[in-house]
Amino acid sequence: MRSRRIAWLTIIPHLVGLLPLVLLLWRYWQGGLGPDPIGAAMRHTGRYALTFLLLSLLPTVLRVTLGITDLPRVRRAVGLYAFLYAAFHLLIYVGLDYAFNWKLLIQALPGATYVLLGLAAFLLLVPLAITSTDGWVRRLGRDWRRLHRLVYPAAALVILHYAGVFKELRAGPVVAGILLALLLIVRLPPVQQWMRARRKPQHAPRG
Amino acid sequence: MHPIHRSEITPEHVYLNRRRFMFGIGALAASALVAGAALSGCRPPEATPTTDPTLAPGVTPSPSLAPQAQTDTDELGNSLTEYDVITGYTNYYEFSIIKEDVTRYTQDFRTSPWQVQVGGLVEQPATFTLEELLALGQEERVCRMRCVEGWSMIIPWVGFPLARLLERVQPTAEAKYVRFETLYAPDQMPGQSSRSFDWPYVEGLRLDEALHDLTILATGLYGKPLTKQNGAPIRLVVPWKYGFKSIKSVVKIDCVAEMPVSLWMASSPNEYGFYANVNPNVDHPRWSQATERRIGEIGRRPTLMFNGYEEEVAALYEGMDLTEYY
Repeated sequence: MRSRRIAWLTIIPHLVGLLPLVLLLWRYWQGGLGPDPIGAAMRHTGRYALTFLLLSLLPTVLRVTLGITDLPRVRRAVGLYAFLYAAFHLLIYVGLDYAFNWKLLIQALPGATYVLLGLAAFLLLVPLAITSTDGWVRRLGRDWRRLHRLVYPAAALVILHYAGVFKELRAGPVVAGILLALLLIVRLPPVQQWMRARRKPQHAPRG
Repeated sequence: MHPIHRSEITPEHVYLNRRRFMFGIGALAASALVAGAALSGCRPPEATPTTDPTLAPGVTPSPSLAPQAQTDTDELGNSLTEYDVITGYTNYYEFSIIKEDVTRYTQDFRTSPWQVQVGGLVEQPATFTLEELLALGQEERVCRMRCVEGWSMIIPWVGFPLARLLERVQPTAEAKYVRFETLYAPDQMPGQSSRSFDWPYVEGLRLDEALHDLTILATGLYGKPLTKQNGAPIRLVVPWKYGFKSIKSVVKIDCVAEMPVSLWMASSPNEYGFYANVNPNVDHPRWSQATERRIGEIGRRPTLMFNGYEEEVAALYEGMDLTEYY
């Protein structure tokens, strides 16, 4: 039973992680991305990146609230998919939206506040992706956890980036912001202690 | 004489999908049919010969015709944006905030009968039926459309100069601005139930801008009647300003003394000004306006001052600080 659960926990994140990419390519192939495929592909990959980034913050919440402890590998896979889609998102922006026209891109970047926010978030995610291997986890020891707290500012920047894209404030970034706030609140030490205390009595001997 | 248009042979959804798949190919089949088309810019063509008698001035374009423009480029040599792209990618918040979804929500929108009430500070206030407005002229105007969001299209509108309508009602000496209003009908326009905005959509122009020959009221597109998602039955087109100035489905035009407050000015005054002239040197607070992506193409191009109409309109803003009056 135990080994089967581990097998599923290894496979499912990859199935879920690759599915959006397959669907995106299929829709492109079918012409389903609409009159502006570049914009559509950017929106989709951006949303996938944000979704996986928020999902990567969930295992800790499940550990604190429900005591599920065997999800670190799932978390790593989910985090890497967040990085993968962020990389696609950036590549589409540079390679298709700007067609690698560095001169125009450099001309536009100083005024492009929301693009800079997204770029900053991506740059914060790069060291996290690089140090995601077992070797780096061992080598960095306690520093690994400290380094990977960069995911919090990265997620906040991503949501500001998302909110900045549209002419007006939209529901999407607001909902994402609320979800991020909830995922972070559960991590506060007093909240963790309270959650742990709430779970304990069930296991404690009676009387 | 005309070969059968592709859209007539293939079922439309298949045809659209196929065209979308081939994005980046800007050549327009329909336009190639017109031999010796004159390069008419966003200015009145000099007695442009029409190849189709139903497109003669004063006559409503036939809805049954395949989309067809009289030229295949604007006066700067930019290829027209494909009909399917112009009609499949529209910013019309009254129906949906998703550009690709607008068309679906406009299906039950009633554009006939239609009236436009023209009044305010004028000598001869009057209500015009759509038929009376169509009689004011049906000329093709190929215009660049630059959205404040950073994308652009080249669109062959059919319409007439707004000045021609204003001549009819004769603005008084007190009139300094023109205020436009879109239909308010939440039962037909689901987006108007959203309280994010103060409906109905309102836009405004200074009187001299409104009287400029580049400012038109459009009633057609690609030689066909205006599609609902593009602002049927009648909309404003001000090609040197960001697209949101070009208000759709207009029902009310008033000459006024004070500068009107547009929907976008009311919504976010530090981001959207009254003038909203296309200007690569004045960025939106959250993004650059230096470049634009032509929908259907890969890559970007530099945005032109006044959207490339600098020669025609710069004089309107002489001595004005365009950073302050954005």
